[in-house]
Amino acid sequence: MSEGTTKQFLYVNRKAPHGTVYALESLEVVLIGAAFEQDVRLAFMDDGVFQIMKGQDTTGIGSKNFAPTYKALGDYDVNKIYVEKESLDERGLTEDDLMPLTYEDEDDDWAEKPSIKIVSRAEMADLIDSSDVMFNF
Amino acid sequence: MAILHTVNKSPFDKNSLERAIGVAKEGSSVLMIEDGVYGAMKGASSSAMVEAAMKTVKVYALSEDLSARGVNDRVIDGVELVDYAGFVKLAAEHTQVQSWL
Repeated sequence: MSEGTTKQFLYVNRKAPHGTVYALESLEVVLIGAAFEQDVRLAFMDDGVFQIMKGQDTTGIGSKNFAPTYKALGDYDVNKIYVEKESLDERGLTEDDLMPLTYEDEDDDWAEKPSIKIVSRAEMADLIDSSDVMFNF
Repeated sequence: MAILHTVNKSPFDKNSLERAIGVAKEGSSVLMIEDGVYGAMKGASSSAMVEAAMKTVKVYALSEDLSARGVNDRVIDGVELVDYAGFVKLAAEHTQVQSWL
């Protein structure tokens, strides 16, 4: 994909992880899309913030636990992950309740850096405004 | 007429929990399952409503669904956790089951 234009892709995640299939579908599309070397950003807002909660264990409900897969996003160069602060606040959550998603920065001697950035609702609006293509889950 | 009200939607996404609590009469029970268990979280915008309801209504949450979502250690004090067998027992003990979808 050396030819052509690079577009800003934004995946907007607004659903809780296990009650519906949206979260898993989004994650799969993100991972597939990562092969196309576009500029990919992930947004988590509303119940979507529950997708990246620490300590999810689906053994008891007999469904696939895809939560650990989010930790692989950094290896696919998906390292711009935005979480809306207002959504965390409403649910009594802080950044410490989220999985520590990281990536290795090839421009900085492969230093491990956090992928998650907590943003305000206003910053989220700017993020949406500056995207070329949006996928909503 | 003790009714078991089950709620399977997140209180931040749907008003199912609010409606169930509003209808649940004294002596009846509310059981949170699936995404409904987010309603059992303390420190959230929904917590005060649930705590107020617990004065007249027994509130339960399904522990398997809490664990799946990583919220099993942040449940409001006094919300009773049940497993699937407990869910069946509750259904049998009440005269009716009303599902708030």
